[in-house]
Amino acid sequence: MKAAIFDYVCAENLDQALGVLEEVGSDAKLIAGGQSLVPMMAMRFARPSLLIDINRLDELKQVSEDGETIRFGACTRQRDIEFNTALNTTAPLVKKALNWVGHSQTRNRGTIGGSLSFADPSAELPLAAQVMGATMHLQSASQGVRSVNANEFFLGPMYTAISETECLVAIDFPIWSGAKVGTAFTEVSMRKGDFAIASAACQIQVDTKGLVKRIAFGVGGVNGAPMAFPRLAEQLVGKVLTPQLAQELANEAVKECDPGSDTHNTAQFRKSLAATLLARVLVEALENAMGNQ
Amino acid sequence: MADKQFKYIGKPRRAVEHRRFVVGQGRYAADVHLRDMLHVAIVASPYAHAKIKSIDASAALSLPGVHAVVTGAELLANTDPMLPGVDAPLVKRYPMAIDVARYAGEWVAAVVADTRAIAEDAVELIEVEYEPLDHIVDPEKAMEQSSPLVHEAQGSNVIFQRKFVWGPVEDDFSKCDHEISYRARWSRNSTVPIETFAVACEWNDSTQIMDVWASIQMPKFPDQLAKALRLDGNAVRVHFDIDVGGSYGVKRGLKHSILVAYLARKLNRPVRFVEDRLENMRGGDMQGPDRIFDVTMGFTKEGIIRTMKMRAVDDIGAYSGRSPLQLGKPVGAIIGPYRIQSVQYEAIAVMTNKTPQEAVRGFGQSPTNYAIETGVDRVARFLKMDRIELRKKNLISKDEFPYLIPSGTSYDSGDYETVFMKALNAAPLSELMAERDRLRASGHLAGIGMSTCLEPSGGNSSFEPLFNPKNQTTTWMDSCLVRIDLSGSITALMGTSSSGQSHETLVSTVVGEVLDRQPDSIRVLHADSLNALPSNSPVGSRMAIMLGGAAAGAAKKLRAKLAKIAAHHLAVPEESLRYENGVFTCTTDASKSIGWDGLVEIAHRKYHQLPEGMEPGLQEKFVWEVPTGGTLPTEDGRVQMYPCHSFEAHVILASIDPNTGKVTIHKYICGHDCGVMISPDVVHGMTYGGIAHGLGAALFEKFSFSEEGQLLAGTFMDYLLPSAHEVPSITIVDHCTPSPLTEFGQKGSGEAGYLGSPAAIASAVNDALSPRGVSINTLPMTPSALWGVINSDAIEA
Amino acid sequence: MVNKVLVKITVNGTLYAKEVEPRMTLVDFIRDEVHLTGTHVGCEHGVCGACSILLNNEPIRSCCMFAVQADGMEVVTVEGLAPERGELSKIQDAFCECHAMQCGYCTPGMLIACHDLVKHNPHPSEEEIREAISGNLCRCTGYQQIVDAVLHATGGERNHG
Repeated sequence: MKAAIFDYVCAENLDQALGVLEEVGSDAKLIAGGQSLVPMMAMRFARPSLLIDINRLDELKQVSEDGETIRFGACTRQRDIEFNTALNTTAPLVKKALNWVGHSQTRNRGTIGGSLSFADPSAELPLAAQVMGATMHLQSASQGVRSVNANEFFLGPMYTAISETECLVAIDFPIWSGAKVGTAFTEVSMRKGDFAIASAACQIQVDTKGLVKRIAFGVGGVNGAPMAFPRLAEQLVGKVLTPQLAQELANEAVKECDPGSDTHNTAQFRKSLAATLLARVLVEALENAMGNQ
Repeated sequence: MADKQFKYIGKPRRAVEHRRFVVGQGRYAADVHLRDMLHVAIVASPYAHAKIKSIDASAALSLPGVHAVVTGAELLANTDPMLPGVDAPLVKRYPMAIDVARYAGEWVAAVVADTRAIAEDAVELIEVEYEPLDHIVDPEKAMEQSSPLVHEAQGSNVIFQRKFVWGPVEDDFSKCDHEISYRARWSRNSTVPIETFAVACEWNDSTQIMDVWASIQMPKFPDQLAKALRLDGNAVRVHFDIDVGGSYGVKRGLKHSILVAYLARKLNRPVRFVEDRLENMRGGDMQGPDRIFDVTMGFTKEGIIRTMKMRAVDDIGAYSGRSPLQLGKPVGAIIGPYRIQSVQYEAIAVMTNKTPQEAVRGFGQSPTNYAIETGVDRVARFLKMDRIELRKKNLISKDEFPYLIPSGTSYDSGDYETVFMKALNAAPLSELMAERDRLRASGHLAGIGMSTCLEPSGGNSSFEPLFNPKNQTTTWMDSCLVRIDLSGSITALMGTSSSGQSHETLVSTVVGEVLDRQPDSIRVLHADSLNALPSNSPVGSRMAIMLGGAAAGAAKKLRAKLAKIAAHHLAVPEESLRYENGVFTCTTDASKSIGWDGLVEIAHRKYHQLPEGMEPGLQEKFVWEVPTGGTLPTEDGRVQMYPCHSFEAHVILASIDPNTGKVTIHKYICGHDCGVMISPDVVHGMTYGGIAHGLGAALFEKFSFSEEGQLLAGTFMDYLLPSAHEVPSITIVDHCTPSPLTEFGQKGSGEAGYLGSPAAIASAVNDALSPRGVSINTLPMTPSALWGVINSDAIEA
Repeated sequence: MVNKVLVKITVNGTLYAKEVEPRMTLVDFIRDEVHLTGTHVGCEHGVCGACSILLNNEPIRSCCMFAVQADGMEVVTVEGLAPERGELSKIQDAFCECHAMQCGYCTPGMLIACHDLVKHNPHPSEEEIREAISGNLCRCTGYQQIVDAVLHATGGERNHG
């Protein structure tokens, strides 16, 4: 399984990378950690004639926050996020999602931008991004920077809004400030570390009386792209989230899902599983919130 | 013999092989670098069944770095076909497809180039014109007359079918109070070693020798390779000192080796082929049993299982590898460890347009045990009897050995109930039950699983003449040569490869025991096929018995020779000599003694002091036929299959999350009796590994095919191997019932764990499901499958 | 014409400067250019972990990386784990003592994962050990004796299953 022949350029800065990308177009691919791309190339499913390595660009590895938003440079390593304890309060759902991503060896190379732009429908970081309504910043040589919300970014399996001359450069996640913010992320996969059969994520904030102040939730692996349910979430504001209500909501949400069947799992199973997991994370996130300062 | 005190046998000892593995100095076939070596990549058929109309390699051949493209036509003209195991000469098989591709992944052409990468580039440039033909992937449909034929000439997709009737089956059924019938489905899986098959060959015009370095575990490999290449047997030199990265039966790479050897000779350059994982999964031909069992058991109301009918249909894929014979080996333990009095066994091997099977650990015994144990649990459930009590009523008791089973095999020794109770007590059962109840109370499905199974060992090939009367092979031997050199150092030679069984450790322990010398001082080498004594490879859990026996035999001959030299030298009768640690001392006169160095001196240098007529030097060989071997089957198919019978009893606590279908194993105990263990660490290790294999088969692993005959599980992303998270912590409880047939009482144990774990895990899952009134009789029991079974009402609604 | 790129990679303390095709993976570089065959190829798609090595002191899958991406970096393979010639690291020795291998094919990758674990967590629990090796597949051992070896090397206790 040797990759098809390609040329390689190690970008010295972002402008250079974007310039080359613009010039060469769809025959070129950007590579950061390569944990998804290299196996695809080994199987010759991906056959770029030019690989542009952006993994050494410090400008794409910065993590910064301004109280309202936390910004991840696209080439920030998953491992660096995993070991950054400050992110427990500023990006708790991302942290929790990471517990389920691959193995430590893949997290040592994999990047947040890489996972998001690869957009496997069962992947964890795309689900976290969708649920939190993250904003992706895409940059090209000729068009500069544009911002795309997660719900317009993930277009289908392995398919995003990134054009062939664009590079995902940064991702903004909103910070939910204040007390009593809780999160939960769970998935069921055949083996630990595999892509999910179905996954679910939730971030919730409650007030001092335990009523829902803010909530966001979604499921992965049951559609072409991760799904969030902002309308259903809206309905919960001001209410008490009981386990029963959680299950009802989960069942309602899953009606919108359209998973296929595959080698291992029937569509029916995936949907039922998604509902089960969604109900669980709603309850877990609430417990997490009640216990947090 | 269980009482005999051994000095080295049975003691903890670091394995010799591990010294090189931990520092990365193992020598695997892909590590072999030969000067000017060329590399191979494969063009494979994308169709399950298609005529090959034309192959245009011109673009590939003009790619710089490409040296040759070979197709089936060239091999047809220059090599002999590979032999099927059953009598089906019209089912011819060559390394590459001849005119017709019969499975997706079948090799159609091979490219040889300067590097593997260039070879893969060239593969993409080869244009093959196919004309798709009707294909068949369902084995039961394939048995119907109207189905497309995988091999036209054969006239049927059934390559083997025979119904054996041992004992008064119908009569016994009529005497039973009850009978139950069920189907059990063992889906296609395999042992999938982490190392794929790799082979390098170099031909030399002046010596006319084909040197072969291969990741091989296969009886008669050098001979079959020579035959296919139309070379004399002494023109092929297989280097058995290559470390094989796991095999567990499957590394039979004959077609890979024929291809590469042919290329090496044609191009007069060394050639190497290392299968990549895609080639391996689809076209490496190392998939395993794919069985539908239909079983009926007849039993009394007291729970005695008297008789059984079993029909086993195996979907062997497009060609006959070792697979039809894997329906034959289980004949040797067809009733398991129970006193079933009569058996009807129908074995059907059917071809479909899928990847061929190869020998897999246990050679069909594990699926068969799964089928039998499924029935035993069902009988218990039917009678509302405790499964442990039911087994106790039916297990052959320790006073009944040797025990002759209806199909002609005699079980040598055993104490099944003791091992079973040991496992139950180690759990302990009461705690498992309490934990199970606690899990059930918390909303989980939870169950206790068990299996009591045999591991026939000793690797007699009597399934060959059983399934093919034209094959009258009854020789199944192994050998060892032991020599003591001029300096007094001991070297032993074994004549086959190892794939993780620590044979060098086994042989040095045995030789050390017999000669009373430090095992670590004994060097064990793997001979090559030109200077090796006959061997039949590590298959059928045979090496502890056969290689251990041969090493002991050779060492004993040496010791006897040393005794004669000592007696002659000391002028005392042999019987008066005591031997310890290399020194012979006369028991009646302690001043008369001679030590190791003195003995070696005489043997190697002092001919004048040797007994009259004795050969100089100290070297002895021992070639040993399998005990109880040497007989052909009877007319009605009765035969002594394997000589020795190890036993295992698995006890498991598992739970299922009813909403996710995920199985968690909370406790895993395996009671194991393989007689005297020569290397206990090795035995334990292989048992843990066997359980892991079994867990994979039970819960995760399946070679799924589409309706179009496309392999859907062709990478490690879809064929799921258990990791350290999925395999639980395991407790092994040992017991020793020695075999009367072997030197030290050892039985074989290469398949332990694997043979009983799928059955035990299924038993636990079904016990967990039983309060819901549902069951599952298909492996693997994936979350989706279990959820489907648990919620079958909801699904139908 | 084949395009080659100069890469400089330090392997087990020695710098290797080689002209290689960009498509050459790091594992193939280690095996075919540096001629250290202790690192093994199992799947070439990032699942089995047989190719694990330390890259700048972190374990990674060397089949999921092109050698050119590792230019200027430091690699440690299984051949570089022993402290001195004739000596074994504590983990290597424990692997031998506890019989933590059979065919030896996954062993180099396992050793890399275990060395990294113990460096960061000198007294791992059984669960932590299993997590650390969960990205390294083994078909021989069922992992039990590997876990036992790490516990043995670090003075831990085993939970019997």
